[in-house]
Amino acid sequence: MIPLSHALILGAVLFSISVVGIFLNRKNLVILLMSIELLLLAVNINFIAFSHHLGDVAGQVFVFFILTVAAAESAIGLAILIVLFRARRTINVDDIDMLKG
Amino acid sequence: MTFLQFAFYLFSTILVFAATMVVTARNPVKSALYLVLSFFSAACIWMILHAEFLAIVLVLVYVGAVMVLFLFVVMMLDIDLARLRAGFTRYLPVGGLVAVLMAMEIALALHIGFNTELSQAVSALGPDTSNTQIIASVLYTDYVYALEIAALILLTAIIAAIILTMRKRTDHKYTDPGHQVTVKREDRLKIIRMDSEKPQTADSSK
Repeated sequence: MIPLSHALILGAVLFSISVVGIFLNRKNLVILLMSIELLLLAVNINFIAFSHHLGDVAGQVFVFFILTVAAAESAIGLAILIVLFRARRTINVDDIDMLKG
Repeated sequence: MTFLQFAFYLFSTILVFAATMVVTARNPVKSALYLVLSFFSAACIWMILHAEFLAIVLVLVYVGAVMVLFLFVVMMLDIDLARLRAGFTRYLPVGGLVAVLMAMEIALALHIGFNTELSQAVSALGPDTSNTQIIASVLYTDYVYALEIAALILLTAIIAAIILTMRKRTDHKYTDPGHQVTVKREDRLKIIRMDSEKPQTADSSK
């Protein structure tokens, strides 16, 4: 059978790929949002693996809530992206400095 | 190697490949499509790990709704790809190093700590109960407040997305139906009383 560590390592590898995605595409806001979705997916795989291993359904319930929040987050993020693009005609992170932070 | 193991490692390989393509693809449309592939492979892995309900939810909600939203936004925006890709190769060595180190460290720790077989523990409701039923039985009892908060979060997301992207356009004409049905005859029609004129004779027209 599949060892538990292999499912967890899959989640870890996916998490690392998403982190490097945030490093590489730090100017493109759309790909940044996609990388965040991948991060959440990696965490969810860990939850599911432990839920299966321990026979406890609480992990799956948490994945359910993470999916809910992630869907809400991406919907609002994309709405902000569209408003931003209408105002500035760009989604480059370097150009988004209106707040002068 | 059983078929289940083969399927698990096959889907894992596809998932890692698709995730790599998401972050390295030149075209954001391709990134979105590879993200669909990675979500689909993840759903297959969840199916192997006996989370059938969540696997279907992942395909329906993520592949069906969120990724279509992503694709719609990516295709709608007219973005300058060359500028957005600037610095990609410059950050590649340090980003790759960080990722490889992080993955190796986590993998090492997990391999030492959790090198046990996935147990076939069954839920308290018994082996014949479906996964959906098991989730529902705790979702509507132990986690009912969390469920209601999740519903509120979704409502907030709907309102926020609509309010953010709605704009009043002034450059097009429209009719207000409420105003239109309350209009009276006097507003539109004007009756003028005037004296009738005598028909002109043939002589006078000459």
